[in-house]
Amino acid sequence: MIALIALAVGVFVGFVLEPTVPTGLQAYLPIAVVAALDAVTGGVRAWLRKEFNDKQFVISFVSNVLVAALIVYLGDKLGVGAQLSTGVVVVLGMRIFANVAAIRQTLFKA
Amino acid sequence: MADDEEPVARGDEPGQDGTGPADGEDRDDAAQPEGSGAESGPVRWWTHRLPRRSAALIGVLVALLGFALAVQVKSNDSDQALAGARQEDLVRILDTLDARKERLQGEISSLNSQRQQISSTEQGREEALKEARQRADDLGILAGTLPAEGPGLLVVFAGGKGGVSASVLLDSVEELRGAGAEAMQVSAASGSPVRVVASTSFVDGAGGAVLVDEHRLSGRLTLSVIGDPSTMQAALNIPGGVVDTVRQSGGSVSVRQPAKVQVSATRSAPAQRYARPVS
Repeated sequence: MIALIALAVGVFVGFVLEPTVPTGLQAYLPIAVVAALDAVTGGVRAWLRKEFNDKQFVISFVSNVLVAALIVYLGDKLGVGAQLSTGVVVVLGMRIFANVAAIRQTLFKA
Repeated sequence: MADDEEPVARGDEPGQDGTGPADGEDRDDAAQPEGSGAESGPVRWWTHRLPRRSAALIGVLVALLGFALAVQVKSNDSDQALAGARQEDLVRILDTLDARKERLQGEISSLNSQRQQISSTEQGREEALKEARQRADDLGILAGTLPAEGPGLLVVFAGGKGGVSASVLLDSVEELRGAGAEAMQVSAASGSPVRVVASTSFVDGAGGAVLVDEHRLSGRLTLSVIGDPSTMQAALNIPGGVVDTVRQSGGSVSVRQPAKVQVSATRSAPAQRYARPVS
């Protein structure tokens, strides 16, 4: 419940403040967002199964974001930033799908 | 928040990198055993309670996610997406824009030349029209179909005993023509004025009247003439000229030079039955 409220608050603040993304971070932010989404869906899945571990969630959230950003950073340095970020998004997207499928199975038993 | 994220990324990279991915994988994969070990009854997730600190931390993280999501969506909506684009993307966009610019410039120049052509054609047509109009005016004045005004003289003949003879009138008209008169009309005290053109005839009529183009004019005759006043005056006043002749026969001629002479009488141009313009 807290998480839902926090999400709503964050979205609201983001839309209200309309901050401009620093140029250096613009390539990383979307990837970081997708990585965080993966972590959150994983957390929800664990929560629904009563396996939720707060420490694990926090660490996986942060590390997901960092690793995603690092991969993109590395790809940019290697000159394959566009391809690599596409790959990261694909992988994270698959994981999100898997998590959502697990959530769905837990919730609806189907 | 984006500012927060990057320093963290830099600072914690070595430490988190080791544990991060492993932990993430662990969570997903080790979820089963952990969960089965903890509880395996009916799923009652809404009763699950967390320590206050963890809840706050998770709230902050999720709020951060929402914030980043909103910011990203917002910035993607605007044109600032360009600022974060990669070099090759920018080069491609630039190439596209360059090609487009070139195409549009070509279009501009072709349209410009077209416009110039049209306007020059239009100008030429206008010029020709103006010239034709000017020519029509000149010819109209010459043929007597248009009224005219301008500097000139008013020559008033007051006949002697026999009135003004046709020959005197003809002489003065010829003299004035020789002096560069451009438009003339003869008027009597009564009756409408008669335009004098190339084909105008002067015939002595009965009772001291003069028939000008078959209009009967008698009494004092006024010849209104447009042209260079001084030249015409000199032409009229030469010894043995018109003024001299009239005075000798007992008449009088007065020449006035008003600021503007009106030649208001017109005549219709005769229809040409035989002559055709050579085109």
